[in-house]
Amino acid sequence: MSFLELKGVEKQFGEVKTIKGVDLSIARGQFTVFVGPSGCGKSTLLRLIAGLETLTAGSIHLDGRDITRLPSAQRDLAMVFQSYALYPHMSVADNMSFALRLAKADPAVIKKKVDRAAEILNLGQYLHRLPRELSGGQRQRVAIGRAIVREPKVFLFDEPLSNLDAALRGQTRVEIAKLHRELGATTIYVTHDQVEAMTLADKVVVLRDGAIEQEGSPLALYDRPANRFVAQFIGTPQMNVVDRGELPAGAGGVVGAAFVGIRPEDLHLKPAGQGQIGAKVELVEALGAETLIYLNTPRGAQIVLRQNERTSLNAGDDVGVDVALDHLHWFDQNGKLIAAAH
Amino acid sequence: MDTAIPGGARLAMWIRAIAAWLVALLLFFPILFMLVTSFKTELQAIAVPSIWIFTPTLDNFAHVQERSDYLLYARNSLITSVVSTIVGLVIAAPAAYSMAFFPSKRTKDILMWMLSTKMMPAVGALVPVYVIAQTLHLLDTTFALIVVFMLSNLPLMVWMLYSHFKDIPPEILEAARMDGASLLTEFRHVILPLAMGGIASTGLLCLVLAWNEAFWSLNLTAANAGTLAALIASYSSPEGLFWSKLSAASVLAIAPIVVFGWFSQKQLVQGLTFGAVK
Repeated sequence: MSFLELKGVEKQFGEVKTIKGVDLSIARGQFTVFVGPSGCGKSTLLRLIAGLETLTAGSIHLDGRDITRLPSAQRDLAMVFQSYALYPHMSVADNMSFALRLAKADPAVIKKKVDRAAEILNLGQYLHRLPRELSGGQRQRVAIGRAIVREPKVFLFDEPLSNLDAALRGQTRVEIAKLHRELGATTIYVTHDQVEAMTLADKVVVLRDGAIEQEGSPLALYDRPANRFVAQFIGTPQMNVVDRGELPAGAGGVVGAAFVGIRPEDLHLKPAGQGQIGAKVELVEALGAETLIYLNTPRGAQIVLRQNERTSLNAGDDVGVDVALDHLHWFDQNGKLIAAAH
Repeated sequence: MDTAIPGGARLAMWIRAIAAWLVALLLFFPILFMLVTSFKTELQAIAVPSIWIFTPTLDNFAHVQERSDYLLYARNSLITSVVSTIVGLVIAAPAAYSMAFFPSKRTKDILMWMLSTKMMPAVGALVPVYVIAQTLHLLDTTFALIVVFMLSNLPLMVWMLYSHFKDIPPEILEAARMDGASLLTEFRHVILPLAMGGIASTGLLCLVLAWNEAFWSLNLTAANAGTLAALIASYSSPEGLFWSKLSAASVLAIAPIVVFGWFSQKQLVQGLTFGAVK
């Protein structure tokens, strides 16, 4: 059953329509990630749900209640901001308890909840510090703690990791996943990083130009992307999408297909002169566990191949390439998926 | 490491320091001269060349208190500047809040327009303001001065508060809203504590401006609601110039605000840099 339901949600800023009719339903306890390139409207959509922006059209229902016109304060949602948005003049404990104090909760209850959140987030020894005395990662945890103590119906995260350095980002990502597993809270998480989307989400919602391109489980999106945009947005390095003429004559095909998509791991290196197609090495990226080899085909297409083995190839070398023909994605002239072999 | 300052730079530093002292002395000299004169007799005061070594007397101060009720004028100055500043802040804060956090297409224009009203010479509004005060029987009342002081400082207050509020990241207010804060709670628990420095410096500056205001107090008040500015002016009268008494009155008039300004100069400077230095 749908817990949070968006119907025909639209948002217009002046002349520009940034959200163009979004229908979405999110189940209780689900971890949903909004992902898309910058400017796709994912943050705006989150702010509409949060009540920080007003809808131009459409409705939002939460747990059977129409919250479309309710102020943020009455929606029973908690948000973790990209900049953390901690109250600079309040201690960590006061930051976390602010909402409860406003709601005039019993001080004993407040203390219990704050202590519990601090314990979960490992913030116990920092409760009396001010935000400016904390590191970026700690501030981030305080922001999450502030959301936890409220026990909201839905947690909203607006690119919470983008201000952290790479190592901390990976670590915090794992913590957020763990936290979601422990609390089982319904969560909406906005990111432009598809790796975050893939690793955290029960459901990924890919947005472009204010509209949903596709929604589904991470692997469903990976295996059956609805169109070229999703195909190339999900997965790094991105899917090779080439003219179908690039494939060898015997590769078969699908009626109406104009382009063929091949994941980098579905290409296999062969010695020069062998394999289904020939190519020239343009660049080799040795990442240790895996190697990315960027190739140019004789017809001018650029493709990337991923393998777990290391290679002694250099730029300019001739190679052959085998294509896993049973893993192809076929797209029509407009980039829509016609068939996927998975 | 060689930390010695090169000869040329050292010379430039000295020249700058001497120039700064000269300018400071030049600016301070009239005040010093006034202070010294206030302790002279009238004869010593008009002596040419001026006398710098003399036996100081407090007669002038006694005379000022005798001739006019200093405390009445001081009270008027205090009431008009403090009340006009507080009322002004209460009006300016919500205006600055809405312009800082909910700007519209015309916000910048409104701000410019408000500032442009400060460009108009006050005397341009004298007749209408005088007539209004007269019609409402508000001439020579502190109420009229409070209203006029408040209105003339309002553009500056809105501007200063606006720039201080602008320094508060809007996400913090959004976070407060998500946490269940109403507009008033948000203002009290988040904006007020965060902008306290800015609000204080705005208030201090407007307090000083209102205290020093002379044009309106001279034109709208007489014996009842006159401020210290009016007290000073009353000594440059047709009765003849009494330099030492005029100086004593001036010293009494500016003393409170100078002491006040001395203790709050840090906040004042901070306010005038419009929150740019943090």
